[in-house]
Amino acid sequence: MSEAVTPLNGARFEGLATIEDAGLTGMITLRGDLASKEVKDAVQKAVGLDIPAQRQAVSGQGSAVLWMSPDELLLICAYDSVSQTIATLEEALKGQHFLAVNVSDARTYLHLSGAGARETLAKLCPVDLSEAAFTPGMFRRTRMAQVPAAFWLDEAGTFHLICFRSVADYAFNLLKTAALPGGEVEIYG
Amino acid sequence: MLILTCPCCGVTGEETEFHQGGEAHLKRFGPGASDDEFHTYMFAKENPKGVHFERWRHNNGCGKWFHAARDTVTLEVYGTYPAQTLEPPKEIRDAITAKRPGWTWREFA
Amino acid sequence: MSTRLAKTGRLVDHNRAIAFTFNGKRLKGHPGDTLASALLANDQMLVGRSFKYHRPRGIVASGAEEPNALVGLGEGTRFEPNQRVTTTELFDGLTCISQNHWPSLDFDIGAVNTAFARFLPAGFYYKTFIHPRPFWKHVYEPFIRQSAGLGKASNPGDPDRYEHFYYFCDVLVVGGGVAGLQAAVTAAEAGSKVMLIEQTAHWGGRAPVDGGEVDGQPVADWVDATIAKLQGMPNVTLRNRCMGAGVYDHGYALGYERVADHTPGSDAPRHRLWRIRAGQIVTATGAIERPLSFAGNDIPGVMLASAVRDYAVDFGVSIGDRTVVVTNNDDAYRTAITLKQLGLEIPVILDARQSGGGALADEARALGIRVENGKGIAKVKGGKRVEGVAICAQAGEGAVLEEIKCDAVAMSGGWSPVVHLWSHCGGKLIWDEAHAHFRPDPANPPKGANGEGFVIPAGAANGAGDLASVVRDAHEAGQAAAKAMGHKPKGKAPEASTSEEAPMQPVWLMPQGAGIKLRMKSWLDYQNDVKVSDVQLAAREGYESVEHAKRYTTLGMATDQGKLSNINGLAILSDALSQPIPQTGTTTFRPPYTPISLSSIAGEAKGEIFQPIRKTPMHGWHEANGADFEPVGQWRRPYCFPKGEEGRHEAVNREIKQTRASLALLDASTLGKIIVKGPDAGRFMDMLYTNMMSTLKPGRCRYGLMCNENGFLMDDGVVARLDEDTFLVHTTTGGADVIHGHMEDWLQCEWWDWKVYTANVTEQYAQIGVAGPNSRKVIEKLTGDDISADALTFMGWTEITVAGIPARVFRISFAGELSFELSVPASHGRALWDALLEAGEEYGVTPYGTEGMHVMRAEKGFIMIGDETDGTVIPQDLNMDWAISKKKEDYLGKRAQEREHMADPNRWKLVGLETLEGEVLPDGAYATAPGTNANGQRNTQGRVTSTYHSPTLGRGIAMGLVHHGPDRMGEVLEFPKVDGGIVKAKIVDPIFYDKDGEKQNV
Repeated sequence: MSEAVTPLNGARFEGLATIEDAGLTGMITLRGDLASKEVKDAVQKAVGLDIPAQRQAVSGQGSAVLWMSPDELLLICAYDSVSQTIATLEEALKGQHFLAVNVSDARTYLHLSGAGARETLAKLCPVDLSEAAFTPGMFRRTRMAQVPAAFWLDEAGTFHLICFRSVADYAFNLLKTAALPGGEVEIYG
Repeated sequence: MLILTCPCCGVTGEETEFHQGGEAHLKRFGPGASDDEFHTYMFAKENPKGVHFERWRHNNGCGKWFHAARDTVTLEVYGTYPAQTLEPPKEIRDAITAKRPGWTWREFA
Repeated sequence: MSTRLAKTGRLVDHNRAIAFTFNGKRLKGHPGDTLASALLANDQMLVGRSFKYHRPRGIVASGAEEPNALVGLGEGTRFEPNQRVTTTELFDGLTCISQNHWPSLDFDIGAVNTAFARFLPAGFYYKTFIHPRPFWKHVYEPFIRQSAGLGKASNPGDPDRYEHFYYFCDVLVVGGGVAGLQAAVTAAEAGSKVMLIEQTAHWGGRAPVDGGEVDGQPVADWVDATIAKLQGMPNVTLRNRCMGAGVYDHGYALGYERVADHTPGSDAPRHRLWRIRAGQIVTATGAIERPLSFAGNDIPGVMLASAVRDYAVDFGVSIGDRTVVVTNNDDAYRTAITLKQLGLEIPVILDARQSGGGALADEARALGIRVENGKGIAKVKGGKRVEGVAICAQAGEGAVLEEIKCDAVAMSGGWSPVVHLWSHCGGKLIWDEAHAHFRPDPANPPKGANGEGFVIPAGAANGAGDLASVVRDAHEAGQAAAKAMGHKPKGKAPEASTSEEAPMQPVWLMPQGAGIKLRMKSWLDYQNDVKVSDVQLAAREGYESVEHAKRYTTLGMATDQGKLSNINGLAILSDALSQPIPQTGTTTFRPPYTPISLSSIAGEAKGEIFQPIRKTPMHGWHEANGADFEPVGQWRRPYCFPKGEEGRHEAVNREIKQTRASLALLDASTLGKIIVKGPDAGRFMDMLYTNMMSTLKPGRCRYGLMCNENGFLMDDGVVARLDEDTFLVHTTTGGADVIHGHMEDWLQCEWWDWKVYTANVTEQYAQIGVAGPNSRKVIEKLTGDDISADALTFMGWTEITVAGIPARVFRISFAGELSFELSVPASHGRALWDALLEAGEEYGVTPYGTEGMHVMRAEKGFIMIGDETDGTVIPQDLNMDWAISKKKEDYLGKRAQEREHMADPNRWKLVGLETLEGEVLPDGAYATAPGTNANGQRNTQGRVTSTYHSPTLGRGIAMGLVHHGPDRMGEVLEFPKVDGGIVKAKIVDPIFYDKDGEKQNV
C-alpha cells in the first residue's frame, strides 16, 4: 500500500511559538451514551483511558479521549491501530446503540508549543487563554479565525489542535502569521 | 455581540460560536394537518418586542441545538436550556417573571 | 508666530532632533512631539483647507478631538489619508501632505467657494441637484464626486501586518488619566482582573498640565507612582497607544492599539485590534473643551485654551507671542497664567460672564493681566493667521469697542464629558444645567446579558470637576466595578487638591445678538464647514429633529463625529426652536470613537489567509497540472485542465470527448459524506428523503431527493446502505455541512427519542470518479477483486482493494458512461489518483473538471441542485414524481407539497430545449409569451435553468422550466437576448444522450 500522507506533510514553523504537523494520528468518533457502563468499559478496553468530564481531555501514552459533546467522544490512538480499536469498540458495544467511525484522515492535527503558544491562539480564537482560565487537561471546541477548531492543553504546555483536513494550509498559515516574530503581545507566558 | 451559555457543553462563548435558528417550541404539522395549521406552523412566527424564545446551535462548538429565552429589546438573556422539551422549563419562566412580571409569549406566561 | 520655547516641554527631548516633511518641506522636531506640536514649532499654522469652502484652517486642539488638521500620511502603499496630526506621534522620516486644496495649500482655487458661501448654505446639494433629472448622471454626479470626500484613498496592497487579540477581564478601564488610574487601582486592589487602556503614548491625561496634588504629592509624581504600582500587580494589564474604540452588547469592547505607527519598519504588526470581553467597563474618557462661536473662530491661530496650554507645557511650543484669551469659565484663566509665567504676552482676557471669574481670575490680575468681564470677540481679524481681535460686549450685537493686535486666540466655551463609550450601547444622558453639558445618567446605564448595567463613567467623563472630585468619583467607579464582579473593595480615595471656581455661563453665540454677517462666519463644525447660520436655516426649513438637522447640515458628521461641535450645534438648534436643550437631545453616538484602520478590522485576513480555501487531497496535483480552478463554496475545484494553448472551451470539449470515448477521472472528494446509523436510521432516512430509503438493501445505492419542510428541493445525491443499521449519505459539494446540520436539527429538536447517530465524514475520504468505456478495465488493472458487470451491477457498491488501498467502489454514473466512484482514506487519495493516471495511460486517460461534469450530466438530462433548483422548485416541477414515495405517510416537505400553489398544474415544468440553429441559449434567459403584465413588461412562459454547448451532439443544449412544458413537445419558444436578438428553441425531452442508458449498463 502507498504511504499515507498528512495534508501538511510534516510542516513546521518556529516563531513566537513552534507550530508543527503532529503527523499521522488515529482518530475515532464515538457516539453513544457516555454515562453508560458499557461505553465506559468499551473506551477503557479500546484505549485504556477513562471517559473525560465535560470539556476535558484525558491522555495516555500516544492515546487520548476528548469530550466532544454530551454524546460524542474523539478517541486518539496510533494511526495503524484504528481498525483494531474500532473492532474492539464494536465488540464491546455489541447490542448497544452507538456509532464508531474512523475520522483519522478527515482532520489535520497540529502541535503548538513554546512561550508564545497561548498568545498565538488568543489572536485567532474567542477563548480566554490566560493561564488562570485555560489549564492543562482542558479541551475546547471553538472557532479559529474563519474555521471550526478544537484544542486541548497537555501538562507540558503543548496545545494539541485539530481542524478539518481541507483547511490544513489555512490553519497552518493562520498560526504561522499569528506567531511571526514582532507580534509578541507580552501578556501571557 | 451577544454572549450565550450552551447548556449542552457549558461553554459561555461569544455569538460567533453560535448560530441562531428561529423560533423555539414550534409544534410540527405534517400530512393530515389543515392548511391553516400548516401555514401557522411554517410561516406565522412570533416577532415580539421583549421576551422571546429562540433556537440556537453551538455550531462552532459541541454542535448541539439549545433554546434561549431572551429579550429582543434589552438583549438580556434570561436563560438557556436543552432543546429536548416542548415548553420552557419552570425555572426559566420564573426567571423571566422575576424580571418582567406579567410577560406572555404564545401560550406561555 | 508659533515657535519652540527653550525650556518647557515635559514630553519632548530637546537634545535630539528628528526630521520630517510637510508638503515636501523639510522640517525638524523632537522625539516626543506629536506631528501637531512639531508643525507648530515650525510656525506651520496653516495645515489644511476646509472641506466645503476651502477656508484656510489651522490646528485647533491637541488631542483626538482635532477637526481640522487631517493630513495624508506616508507614501506609496503606506499612504493613509485623514490622519490627525494631534494623535500622530512624530518619527524620523515622517512624510505628510495637507488635504483639500489645489494647486497648493497657500493658493487654493477652491477657496473661491468661500466667496459664494451665501449660495452654498445647508441643504445646498439637496436643493440643487434634483432637477432636471437627466443632469444626474453626466453633470451632477461627476461634480459631486469631484468635490466629495475627505482625503484620497490609499493605494492598494497595504504591506503591513495587522492582528486581533481576544482578551477577557473583569474590569476594562478606558482612559489613562488620573480617573482611569485611580479606578484601575481601586478595582485591582479589590482583586479584579483589570485592563487599563490609554489612547495616547502617555499616562496621566491632562492633569500634569494643570497641576495640583494627589495623595500629598504633585500629580505628575502620583501618576508615575501609580503606574509603577499597577505594573507591579499581576492582575493588571496596561496598554497605552490603545484607544477604546467602541462598547458593544454584553460587555464587548474594541481596543485599537497602534503598535508600530510610531516605529515604522519594525517587525511588529502595525495595529492590533483587542476584542475585549469585560464584566464591567469604566469609562474614564475625560472631557473635551468646547469652542466659542464668534466670527472668524476658524482662522489659524484660534485654538482651544486647553490646547494652547498643552502645547506650551507638554511640548514647549508657543502658539503666539500675544495671545488673547476668551472664555465663559474659569479654566481658561489657567492658560493665561501659564503663558504669562512663560514670559509670553496676554493682552487681555475676555470673560463673557458679567460677573467674571473666581480665584483664578484674581491670580491672573495679580500677574498684571488685563481682564474684561462681560466682553467677547466680535470678530477675529486675519486670513491665513490671526492678526487681531475686535472686542465687543457679549450682551450686544457686536459693535466694536476696541481692536487688539494679537497672533493667537485661546478660547473656551466650557467642557463636555466624553460620553461616547457610555452611549455606544444605549447608556442615556442627562443635561447638567450648571455646567451646560450632557453627562451619563447613572439610572440608565447600558445593560448586559444579566440585565444589569455594565458601564460606569468616572472622573471628568462623569462630569466631575476638580482633581479631588475626579479622584473620588474614580475611586467609587472602581469600587462599583469590582463589587459588580463579586470582589470586595477596600481602602478610600486618596486626598487631592480642590479648586474653587466661579460658575461657568453658557455662551452659544458671541456676541449674543450677533447679526447674520457675523453668524455666517461663526463656525460650529470646522471639519464639515457648518456655521451657526446653517443650523438656524435647517430649523427654519423644518428640520427640527436633531438627527434630521445633522444630516441636512452635515453637522457632526465624518471623521470628527461632532466632538467639538455637538453641544454648540444642539444649543443653536434648541434656541432656534425655542426649546430647552434636553428636549432637542443629542444625535446617536456610534463606534468607533475616532476612526480606526480598516486593516485592523480585517486583522490577519489578507493574502493567502484572506479566507479559508478548502483543498482536496489531490489539490496539489491539480495545481501542478494547470487546473483552471473555480470556487465551489470555499472549495476550489478544477473547472477544467487546459493543455498548452487550449482555452477553457476547447479543454472542456476535449475532456468530454475523452470521457465518452475512453476514460477520464474526476476529483469528487468534495461531495458530502454523512454516516447515519442506528435502529431508527431507516425511519429517519425515510423522513429526510422524498423516496423510500428504508427498503434499500445493504450493498446497494439509491439516488434520492431531499426537501425542506417548505417542500422545496434542498439537496440530492446517492445513498449507499452500508449495513442493516447504517447508511452512507452523499450530498452535493456545498451541501455537506448544511445537510449534516439539517439532520442534527431534526434529530435533536424533533425526534430526540429516535435512536440515530450521524457523523460527517466528508473529509475522511478522497473520492475519484472513473468514467468512460474503459473505466472497468483500468480499475481491474489495479485490483484483484471482482468488479465485473455481474459481480458489481449498476447502483451497487462493494469493498475492494485498489492499488493496495482499501476502498469502497460505487457503480454509479453521472456522466452517462460506464463509471465508478472509488472512495479511499484521504491520506491515500493522491496515491490512488497517481496510480489511476498511470494505469490509464494506455487508454489516453484525462482528468476532467466540473464543467465537463456539468455538460455531461445535462446531456443525460440529470438535474443539478442550484441550476434546476433555486429554492422555489419542488421535485414535481422537475417531473421527478418517480422519486417521491406514494407509500410513505410522511416525509419532510410532503405536507407543503400538498398546498394549493404547489399542486397547481400551471407550475412551470422541466423540459429540454434544443436551439433551432444549434447555438447556445443564454443562461437564465426567459421565454416570452404574448401580451404584457400589469407593469407593462413582456409576459413570460419559461426560463432556461442550464445551458451548454454539447460537444457530443455538436450543438447547444439546455434545460428549462416551461409552462405546461411536458405537454408542448416540439413547440418553438423565443428567448430574447440581452443584445436585443432572439434565440429560438424547440421543446424536447431533457435526455439528449443515450436515452435507454445502454452506455452505463455494460
